[in-house]
Amino acid sequence: MTEPIKITPPLTDAQVEKLRAGDKVLITGVLYTARDAAHKRLIELIENGKELPFELKGQLIYYVGPTPAKPGQVIGSAGPTTSGRMDAYTVKLLELGLKGTVGKGARSKEVLEAMKKHKAVYMAAVGGAAALIARSIKKAEIIAYEDLGPEAVRRLEVVDFPAIVVNDAFGGDLFAQGVEKYRRAGCIED
Amino acid sequence: MRQVATTKITKAVRDLCLSAAYDLEPDVASAIRAARDREESPLGKEVLEQIINNFEIAGKESLPMCQDTGISVFFVEVGREVMLDGSLEEAINEGVRQGYKEGYLRKSVCHPLKRLNTGDNTPAIIHTTFIEGDKIKIKIAPKGAGSENMSKLKMLKPAEGIEGIKKFVVESIKEAGGNPCPPIVVGVGIGGSFEKSAILSKKALLRPVGSKNEDNDVAALEAELLDKVNALGIGPMGFGGTVTALGVHVEIYPCHIASLPVAINIQCHADRHKEITI
Repeated sequence: MTEPIKITPPLTDAQVEKLRAGDKVLITGVLYTARDAAHKRLIELIENGKELPFELKGQLIYYVGPTPAKPGQVIGSAGPTTSGRMDAYTVKLLELGLKGTVGKGARSKEVLEAMKKHKAVYMAAVGGAAALIARSIKKAEIIAYEDLGPEAVRRLEVVDFPAIVVNDAFGGDLFAQGVEKYRRAGCIED
Repeated sequence: MRQVATTKITKAVRDLCLSAAYDLEPDVASAIRAARDREESPLGKEVLEQIINNFEIAGKESLPMCQDTGISVFFVEVGREVMLDGSLEEAINEGVRQGYKEGYLRKSVCHPLKRLNTGDNTPAIIHTTFIEGDKIKIKIAPKGAGSENMSKLKMLKPAEGIEGIKKFVVESIKEAGGNPCPPIVVGVGIGGSFEKSAILSKKALLRPVGSKNEDNDVAALEAELLDKVNALGIGPMGFGGTVTALGVHVEIYPCHIASLPVAINIQCHADRHKEITI
């Protein structure tokens, strides 16, 4: 297996274009967290022409709702949630300069098209590997919507956060490629 | 009659919530290790390695293996000779309340329309049945939404028969892809009524992973479905691979002559279940 590519947001178009479906990456730097409820509020702010709680340009959003931190912990367990639930909101954020998202599961056609158009990347972390992933999070701070509890927007500082590029800015799709390779005949009568 | 204090039930439920979130049951752990050994995709193998590494850390350090510590689902079997000094439901909900707070578990339950979090992971989903004897058996199966959301129920026409059932199961797993955090366990409930099939599919998930139904015909259907599901090539986390499911468990029940209800309950690899007998 090839060595992981190290990336640090904010990402430029050129940096995004170097990433291809199937690449392993290690993210160091800042990740912003947001899930369903936070996305809904972010979009409302955009529609009302108001300022967002963080700058989108070049940044990455990690779809996660962590468990509460135990005393002495930076953050609780913090694995990815299903990205598809955020599809309805993602195109708008990509238009405004978001360069990537991290979650699990597949994205909609609309999101994939917008990723090509605006040069962005979608990465997956291993779902359910929440205690392990939390070890790469060195700092966590709630920056908006504290009332949403696990769904609040957090600013995370991570070191070598492990992810895999699923969809790149050229239409490459690890899910399609992987399944194509390992699919056996006869599973579905076409 | 045997008197059982509800405080005893509350304490047991509290402890079950914690141990379910932290310690993966040995049947699931060994099924995942075996999957790592036979997975043909190098990336799939790496993913399984991370999953194993994760549940080992979670168990050792008493951390939730997944941040989605789930909605709390219980199957309770109450002996006919048991006499309780209060409400069974309230005792269980109090146990959930204490467990999710004291165990630093995520509160993931909200009003369905207003989407306001109830703040303590209650109310739990409780299925109660009566059995012989003077014991209470409590099984907990906290369920994350990633896999629960990919579950399905369909009222098939009897003419669609076993072929229709296979098609529905395989197509549903294909559509779910990487969303439910494969490798998954698939619970299938066939027959009964609309709601009975759903409960059967959830109960099927409580069996040890990879166990066979006692009915030979049903066991053969399980084996065939497992092979077909794995032939899809979805693999660990949907990145492609030979292990998509660790097991397919089917439970059946007689149904109306005009019906063929089929429910599919998908379980992620963080297949958390624990039980205790009081």
